[in-house]
Amino acid sequence: MSTAVLPYTVEPHPITRLYSGKLGIWLFLASEVMLFGALFSSYVLLRVGAPVAGPAAWPAHAETGLSWKIGGFNTLVLIISSVTMVMAWAALKTHNIGRAKAYLATTVFLALVFIVVKLTLEYIPKIQAGHTPSHNNFFALYFTLTGLHALHIIGGIIVITYFIGPGSALWKTDPEYFTNRVECTGLYWHFVDLVWIFLFPVLYLT
Amino acid sequence: MDHSHADTDKHVRLYLTVFAALAVGTVVTVAANQLHVEHALAIGIALGIATVKASLVAAVFMHLKWERSAWIWSTLALCAVFFVVLLFIPVLETSEHPPNVVVGTWDVLPEAHTEHAGHHE
Repeated sequence: MSTAVLPYTVEPHPITRLYSGKLGIWLFLASEVMLFGALFSSYVLLRVGAPVAGPAAWPAHAETGLSWKIGGFNTLVLIISSVTMVMAWAALKTHNIGRAKAYLATTVFLALVFIVVKLTLEYIPKIQAGHTPSHNNFFALYFTLTGLHALHIIGGIIVITYFIGPGSALWKTDPEYFTNRVECTGLYWHFVDLVWIFLFPVLYLT
Repeated sequence: MDHSHADTDKHVRLYLTVFAALAVGTVVTVAANQLHVEHALAIGIALGIATVKASLVAAVFMHLKWERSAWIWSTLALCAVFFVVLLFIPVLETSEHPPNVVVGTWDVLPEAHTEHAGHHE
């Protein structure tokens, strides 16, 4: 451990009147909106601009072979994981670290379910069927958008696992700081859920 | 943020209510998709419900409902402006081209490519 102490991890910064982690995570999420926004924009451009007929036409939903059942299942999995994430934070607010860890572990479990379903029931069969990113514009966007989203899920799994394990040592020395760190992780996690809420109808339904 | 236990209990009930709303929203989205309405309308309905669901997540799970910080709200406002600009780029782009001749389809529409090559560079 270094001796340097981060300022304003709990007490509000005199200028922003926020603990600094919170402003930091919101600035990061704003940049994330731009990242995903650019890809959504590409989706709209390529879809609206696709020819009405011919080989470059936007594939009809049936041609994509994407199952709304799998997509819908994963949507519910992520929504539930968002609830368990916010419940973990609420448990810390009532000083119940045991319950908080159980909720965090449930969140990680649900995130793993999401990834396993995505990989085994979607990515692998799609690639085996020849529906790789180079197949057409739809699959190029599908893999880019869902792949970037899946990387965010994996990032979340790593961070939340850290807070269940070694990161939770902070609870004993500075519980408020720990609670704030979990809150920031939650803000990130809900954002990842929020992105999926748009990805699901855009890719699986219409 | 200071919360008493009673506050937290109230929040937990709200979280569960929002969860129910999100689950219902997902089911309604899927059900509406089976209705075989006009395609543009179907997209509108799906994105409309998604926007409501996303707003609920942002307002309650991300605590924006209770957020009073001008720093966070101005960050979000700036973010929203640029997001709208991003979504308008396709509109600007497609309006420069006649129908069916757009970026990304040249490789399968060679005649369109040569016909309009003069407009670029």
